[in-house]
Amino acid sequence: MNKRQTKMLKRVIAATVSLVILIILERVTELPEWLFRILFLIPYLIVGYDVLIKAYKGILNRQVFDEAFLMTVATIGAMILGEYLEGVAVMLFYQIGELFQSIAVGRSRRSIASLMEIRPDYANIENEDGSLEQVDPDDLPVGTIIVVKPGERIPIDGVIVDGTSSLNTSALTGESLPKEVDSGDDVISGCVNISGLLKIRTTKEFGESTVSKILDLVENSSMKKARAENFIAKFARYYTPIVCYAALAVGILPPLALGLLGHGWDFATWVFRALTFLVISCPCALVISIPLSFFGGIGGASRNGILVKGSNYLEALADAGIIVFDKTGTLTKGVLEVTDIVPAEGMDKDELLHLAALAENYSTHPVADGIRKACSDTPDLSRITDIEEIAGHGIHAQIDGHRILAGNAKLMDRYGIPYIKNNDLGTIVYLARDDQFIGSITVSDVLKPNAAKALKAMHDNGIYKTVMLTGDAEAAASAAAKELGIDEYHAELLPADKVTMIEQLLGRKKKPTDVLCFAGDGINDAPVLSRADIGIAMGALGSDAAIEAADIVLMDDDLTKIPLAVKIARKCLRIVRENVVFAIGVKILCLILTVFGMTNMWWAVFADVGVMIIAVLNAVRTLRTEKV
Amino acid sequence: MKKTYSIYVDCANCAQKMEDTANTVEGVEKATVSFMTQKMQVKFAEGADHEEVMQNVLKACKKVESDCEIEL
Repeated sequence: MNKRQTKMLKRVIAATVSLVILIILERVTELPEWLFRILFLIPYLIVGYDVLIKAYKGILNRQVFDEAFLMTVATIGAMILGEYLEGVAVMLFYQIGELFQSIAVGRSRRSIASLMEIRPDYANIENEDGSLEQVDPDDLPVGTIIVVKPGERIPIDGVIVDGTSSLNTSALTGESLPKEVDSGDDVISGCVNISGLLKIRTTKEFGESTVSKILDLVENSSMKKARAENFIAKFARYYTPIVCYAALAVGILPPLALGLLGHGWDFATWVFRALTFLVISCPCALVISIPLSFFGGIGGASRNGILVKGSNYLEALADAGIIVFDKTGTLTKGVLEVTDIVPAEGMDKDELLHLAALAENYSTHPVADGIRKACSDTPDLSRITDIEEIAGHGIHAQIDGHRILAGNAKLMDRYGIPYIKNNDLGTIVYLARDDQFIGSITVSDVLKPNAAKALKAMHDNGIYKTVMLTGDAEAAASAAAKELGIDEYHAELLPADKVTMIEQLLGRKKKPTDVLCFAGDGINDAPVLSRADIGIAMGALGSDAAIEAADIVLMDDDLTKIPLAVKIARKCLRIVRENVVFAIGVKILCLILTVFGMTNMWWAVFADVGVMIIAVLNAVRTLRTEKV
Repeated sequence: MKKTYSIYVDCANCAQKMEDTANTVEGVEKATVSFMTQKMQVKFAEGADHEEVMQNVLKACKKVESDCEIEL
């Protein structure tokens, strides 16, 4: 509790105690009633003086429809009508409700904010004598060497120049498995250094570092308001004045009509009903619970490594119907791996791979990377005596005194070597030794292990169409689509074709309100990301372009985060709807009951404060994302 | 030109009122108030003097919500 809240609590307690004493006094003593009327003002003023002051200031500034004004009119009105216990009690409960709201909202704000507590406060730099000094990370120019001790957070993006350690990236990605890093590796700010001392040369300024960008994005996310929020803001603007005029009508018209019809003049009853109207009229339950729900949803998502750039995107995501994927780097790992080795007769698999790795040793082609990575031990480079790259064909090399050819079918044809054709999907590297075919190696971009699971989860969660777009050949695209269970694919697309495809797909929604999401790795697909209703950038850690262009950023490569994000969004929207229906419903019900005289001020206080508390508690549920 | 200011406001409806009010002040192109983060983001009109505009925003907000605060 903060200072204001503690003070409020003391006032509530003091007012409650004095009210109880007064009630007892009234029962057991025979003091005159006018004295009690004055005495009841003591608890009333203790608990409500600030409301009165605010109402007074409001009138001066012509803000008559604010809460303070409504409460003041209602309670003073009740006391004038002789219901002084109710007048004091309503003020007391109103303040208790406000206090509770302030505590509940403060709590949830803090718990959401703590999810984002990744801002590093300082960076260590090493002085000449070897001692460490803490400085403001904002002051450090690019290229400074900083020291990160175990347990500290990396303040600025950079590259390790000395030390090995494991990093905890969970604050950024939701991934709990530590990441091993060594000198030469790039590291991003926001990760916690777990084990060893690291010296890092910064490659960015603090303000441009990942952690600053992410914080910026999350802090501004509640500025982009959802349709539901705007609706409520508009609703509140009309609702309060309407109820106030309705109250005025209730206070005047029925007694006037009844009086004229000869049923007697009974203004007191109707004025009291009108006052009850005023207490019910506060729109706070709605106005607070909806942004709180979205804020909680965004907070819960970011704890799972899903950054949502605005409440409006979270709202849109709940209506996701079509998800379009880029293939390379999104559905696949985006790096080539050896997926099959077929040695010719009399040849050993391991030896074949070794020869290929040696031949490809100096090549920068992605295929060569894949082959080298598949080789378990570092090949002995002294075996190579001569190497020549034949563009568009492959490699011609002298290894152990033999002539080795490694390349595509064209290379084999060029040297007239009879080879066994390999019909695998992917890139095939054929090898020959001294003009004898010795086997082939298949290198391909493999699907992410959880991709099929993620797609199934999407289909189970109301996504009615999944589409894959790729520049790859038809055969590879078709095989991947089949393996993943994707509904539709389009192969051999140029980057510009992808935008055209998205536009076509936008026209094929089942309902115009359905939302089309595009998920890409953020490399080269910025135009597509921004053309789709919602752009989701995958594995965006460190990729500035993706963070800029996308509406939702997945911090790691995990595809299952997409259905999770959809589920979080749906849960959030469900809670928002529950709150809207519940709050408006209860208020309207109470208003109707009040006109017929079936309520009193206690009901009214529940309709105002009670509904608000229930709505806030409901809204806080959005934070919990373990079971969505 | 966009700037973000820390604010203090104790009810969501009041935050909404501050937003509405700030948007009527001359020199403000768009103002957004987030009750949750207790921040006000103001996009200034071309050529507006930020300091002066914000003084007016504060004054206007104080009128509709007497106990609000904007850290300038």
